[in-house]
Amino acid sequence: MHETQYKLVKCTINGKPVQKMVDVRASLTDMLRNDFSLNSVKKGCEVGECGACNVLIDGECFNSCIYLAIWADGKNIRTLEGLIGPNGELSDIQQAFVDEAAVQCGFCTPGFIMTAVEILESGKEYTRDELRKLLSGHLCRCTGYENILNAVEKTMLRRLGKLHD
Amino acid sequence: MYDIKALYEAESVQHACALLLAHPEAKVLAGGSDVLIQIREGKLAGATLVSIYGLDELRGVAMEADGTIRIGALTSFSHITRSSVIQEHIAVLGEAVDMVGGPQIRNIGTIGGNTCNGVTSADSGSTLVAYDAVVELTGAEGVRRVPIRDFYIKAGKVDLRPGEIETAILIPKECYEGYKGHYIKYAMRNAMDIATCGCSANVKLSGDKKTILSARLAYGVAGPVPMRAPSAEAAANGRPVCAETVDAFAKAALQDVNPRTSWRATKEFRLHLVEELARRALAEAVRKSGGEL
Repeated sequence: MHETQYKLVKCTINGKPVQKMVDVRASLTDMLRNDFSLNSVKKGCEVGECGACNVLIDGECFNSCIYLAIWADGKNIRTLEGLIGPNGELSDIQQAFVDEAAVQCGFCTPGFIMTAVEILESGKEYTRDELRKLLSGHLCRCTGYENILNAVEKTMLRRLGKLHD
Repeated sequence: MYDIKALYEAESVQHACALLLAHPEAKVLAGGSDVLIQIREGKLAGATLVSIYGLDELRGVAMEADGTIRIGALTSFSHITRSSVIQEHIAVLGEAVDMVGGPQIRNIGTIGGNTCNGVTSADSGSTLVAYDAVVELTGAEGVRRVPIRDFYIKAGKVDLRPGEIETAILIPKECYEGYKGHYIKYAMRNAMDIATCGCSANVKLSGDKKTILSARLAYGVAGPVPMRAPSAEAAANGRPVCAETVDAFAKAALQDVNPRTSWRATKEFRLHLVEELARRALAEAVRKSGGEL
């Protein structure tokens, strides 16, 4: 029996500086769920295929199931919980998922939305085919993807001032 | 929680080399998109790891004074694709690594991991082989530079000595200047799939765009490691830019390859791909170079 190794990880999660002793064997999914109760970060395939555990690290999307918790040291991490307004209001992209019926069982939704956040924050306008490619790291077994694409596309166009409803 | 016996975090390249010498059983952990999956699958369960992920000095693409393109071994696929140096001088490499996995995988996966795995299907492999890239390896005793064709020894085995890590991929100026390339990944899906066959061709044309001065061709999954197709190249070098040359080039490639039947595809289908992808990749490389077929 060997000794468990721990490391002190200091990072920012959803705007708040935090620190935690983590087991070096933990994935970032383990840390976010177990130590910070951020349960939007889903445990899906756990091998980086499905995108359900996707979070933003320093502005880029990563599958947190194949990202070691110790690597989070010094990083800025954002999860779906960070999108909610001070009184629990939904952000525009979350509301768009509701309005477009882009959610059925909801398991893939937080991962999809965090990739959508990276897309939207780029400030660029993408074609539908480009959006398909940018969202291709997520599996959804309910919706058939079309409504998810609609939600991301409409929010992108609204933010760019090109869709008025 | 991963089944990891022990994990050591390298604080510098030299520290990584020392850790690997002190723990000869350890696997190098770069981005982890292969190693962590193999731990999950059980193949590498209980592994000892040396993580080099924190070595930011191994990230980034730079142009050196002599025109050599230096790609740090830990540069992620997405950063290679977005690099202005890559886009300007060797765009095909940025396009090829943009076909790896999906967006999140391209943010974590590194070119060093992609090459050190020694996997024939690596989307970066055929293009690096086609451009005569050089692998920079750093060990306790210093730095070695190995042409990537010699770096690949056999399936899953590369020329990494104990205590060494890959620190960069180098592409000398004479290897990319004047060339335009095209990569085709043939797979069942457009995302999150592994190549059934990958083909990377590049070409340098004469000033009047009528003659092929130099053509280079390499494959992934046409043999146990990424490989060049010298017969195909000989069939095109110095020949006029025309459909007959492209056809001779594609047919000659069949003499150079040795694909196998796997659950992904039969040998016969892969041979068909070898010829057809060479034809299409060269035609596109010629078009990108301003030639007309």
